[in-house]
Amino acid sequence: MKPVFMTYTKKDLINLAVCMVLSVLVIPTFITTEYWYTSILIPWLCLALATIGQQVVMGYTGQLALGAAGFMAAGAFAMFNLILRVPDLGFVGSLIVSGLIAAAFGILFGLPSLKVRGIYLMVATLASQFFIIWMIDKFGWFKNYDSSGIITAQDIVILGKPFTTPLAMYFVCLAVTTVLTLLAMNMARGSTGRNWMAVRDMDIAAESMGVSLLKTKVQAFAISAFYCGVAGALFAFCYLKSLEPVAFDIKLSFKILFMCILGGLGTINGAFIGAAFILLFPVLLNAIGNNVFHGAIDATIISSIEQVIFGGLMIIFMIYEPLGMAKLWENIKQKLSLKLQSSNNKDLKSSLSKKS
Amino acid sequence: MEYERKFKIGKPILEVNNISLSFGGVKAITDTSFNVLEHEVRAIIGPNGAGKSSMLNCINGIYKPQQGTVSFKGKQIPDITPNIMAQMGLSRTFQNLALFKRMSVLDNILVGRKLHTKTNFLEVALQLPKVKKEEKLNRDRSEEIISFLEIEDIKDTPVGKLPYGLQKKVELGRALATDSTIILLDEPMAGMNVEEKRDMCRFILKVNDELGTTMVLIEHDMGVVMDISDRVVVLDYGKVIGDGTPDEVRSNQKVIDAYLGVEH
Repeated sequence: MKPVFMTYTKKDLINLAVCMVLSVLVIPTFITTEYWYTSILIPWLCLALATIGQQVVMGYTGQLALGAAGFMAAGAFAMFNLILRVPDLGFVGSLIVSGLIAAAFGILFGLPSLKVRGIYLMVATLASQFFIIWMIDKFGWFKNYDSSGIITAQDIVILGKPFTTPLAMYFVCLAVTTVLTLLAMNMARGSTGRNWMAVRDMDIAAESMGVSLLKTKVQAFAISAFYCGVAGALFAFCYLKSLEPVAFDIKLSFKILFMCILGGLGTINGAFIGAAFILLFPVLLNAIGNNVFHGAIDATIISSIEQVIFGGLMIIFMIYEPLGMAKLWENIKQKLSLKLQSSNNKDLKSSLSKKS
Repeated sequence: MEYERKFKIGKPILEVNNISLSFGGVKAITDTSFNVLEHEVRAIIGPNGAGKSSMLNCINGIYKPQQGTVSFKGKQIPDITPNIMAQMGLSRTFQNLALFKRMSVLDNILVGRKLHTKTNFLEVALQLPKVKKEEKLNRDRSEEIISFLEIEDIKDTPVGKLPYGLQKKVELGRALATDSTIILLDEPMAGMNVEEKRDMCRFILKVNDELGTTMVLIEHDMGVVMDISDRVVVLDYGKVIGDGTPDEVRSNQKVIDAYLGVEH
C-alpha cells in the first residue's frame, strides 16, 4: 500500500482517526469516574510511551537492554529540577529537555553495546538502572534537599493554564503520546528504521552496506532513552504526582520489558497492546476475585496468581508467537477477512448455481 | 566469442599485496598477491579450505590480515573496515547469505541505498520534504534493480521466507543497490540448480556489461567460472598457484594437480 500522508497509508489514517475519535471524544464523554483516568488511562499512555522506547532499542535494533526505568527516573527528576530551577522553559520545554537529558544517559549507557551483545549487554545496561537511581539518592541537589524522601510534583501549567484535573492530565498525556508515536512510526518506517533493523538482523552485512554500527546503536539508545525520559516525566507528574526514586526500580524495567515482548517485538502498536494487557490484567483478576468469588480468595493469592499467569504467558508467547500480541491480532484480522471472502464466494457460487 | 564491450578493461582498481592471514597457528592465507582490473570479471577459485572466503573478508575488512596491504582505486587503505570500503565503493555478498531476514525484499535492497541517504533521523521523524524526495529516488532505484533481477512478484515478502536461490538473487540486488564500482560475490551460485545458475550468470554478465561494475567472484563450478570470467586466480592452501585467463589456468599443471590430486 502506498503512503498517502507522511509514511502513513490510507488504512493507517483511518485507524488513527478511529483512535483519535475514541480517545478525544468517546472516552471523555462516557467515562466519568476519576479512577479510570488516574489509575488506568494515564499510566497506560505513559507506560506505552516508555515501551515504544524499549521497542526502538530492543524490538527494532535488537539490542537486549534492561534499564528503561532508570531513564524514566532521569526524565522525571530532570523535569522536577527544570521546573524548579528554570521556570522560563515552561512545561513543554522542560519535557523536551528532560527527554534530552535522559537521551544523554542513553548514549552513555548504550556505548557497551558496541562491544558486548545479548545477555551480557543486558547485564551491562542494568548499570543505568542502578547508577541513575543511586545518583539521585546520593546527591541531595536532585531532590532539592528534601528530607522526607517523597517530593510532591509541581502542578502542570501550560501557557498559563493549569492542568490539574484527571481529565486535563489525560489530555496532556494523550497529546504527548500521540505526537511521539507518530514520530516513532515515521522513523521506524523510514531509512532510520531500516538501519536499525539491518543492525538487528545481520550486523556484519549492515556494516558492509555502509551502515555504521556505532552510530546506529548509539542513536537507537539515545532515542529510546528520550522516549523513556519523557514517559518518566509524565509518569511522575500525571500519574504518581510525586517523585521518589523507588518508583523507578528494576521491577518497572521488567514490566516495560514484558510489555515490549508480549506486545510484539518490533511493532509500535504492540507497545500499546502490551502495556494495556499488563496494566489491565491485574485489574481484571481483582474484579473476578471480588465479583465472582466475593472476596473468598485472598488478595495476596490473587497477586501471586497474576505472577504465575504472566510467567506462563511469557513462555507460551516465546514458543508459539514470538512476535507477540500485535502479530496475533494481525493473524486474527487476516483469518476473519479470509473467512468473509470465502463466505462471499460461497454465496456467489450458490447464486450462480441457482441461476443455471 | 569476441564482442565489443561498452566498458573496456582498464587499469588495476584493486590490488592485494602480500597478504598473510592466520588464525592462531593455522595459516589461512600465505603471502598472496593479485590484482583486479577495472570493469573485468575476476574469479577466485580453489579447493575447499583454500582461503578464498578469507581472502574476500580481508579485502572487505572483516578480517585483519597480519601482513600485507590492500590498495583500492590507487590508494593504500591503512585500516580497513567494511564501512570504509563500502564508502569507497566496494560492496559484497556473503557465502552463507547475510540478508536481513525479517525485512521484505524491497527493504533489504533499500538498505543497500544507505550511502545514498543523507537525511538524519530527526528529518526522517518529521518527514521533511527532502526526506520524501530522497526516499522516492531510493525507492525508484530499488524498484529498477528489482525488475532488473526479475523478482517483482516477491518484493514485499519477508526474505526469510524465500527459497535459497531467490535469497541469493536478493543479496545480489542489495549489493547492486549501493551503485558500487566493484562487487565481491562469495559463491553466488552455491546450491543452485542448473537453471538458476544460468540465470545468475546472465545477471552477473549483464551488470558487468551494462553498468561496467567490476565483479570479483568465488565459485566452485569450474565450467561456470571459465565461461564468464575474464581472468582467474587459483588459490590452494592459501597460496596463489595460478593466475591468468581461463585458458591459461586450465592448462596450468599445478592447477590440474590441485584439482585432480597428484601422486606423491
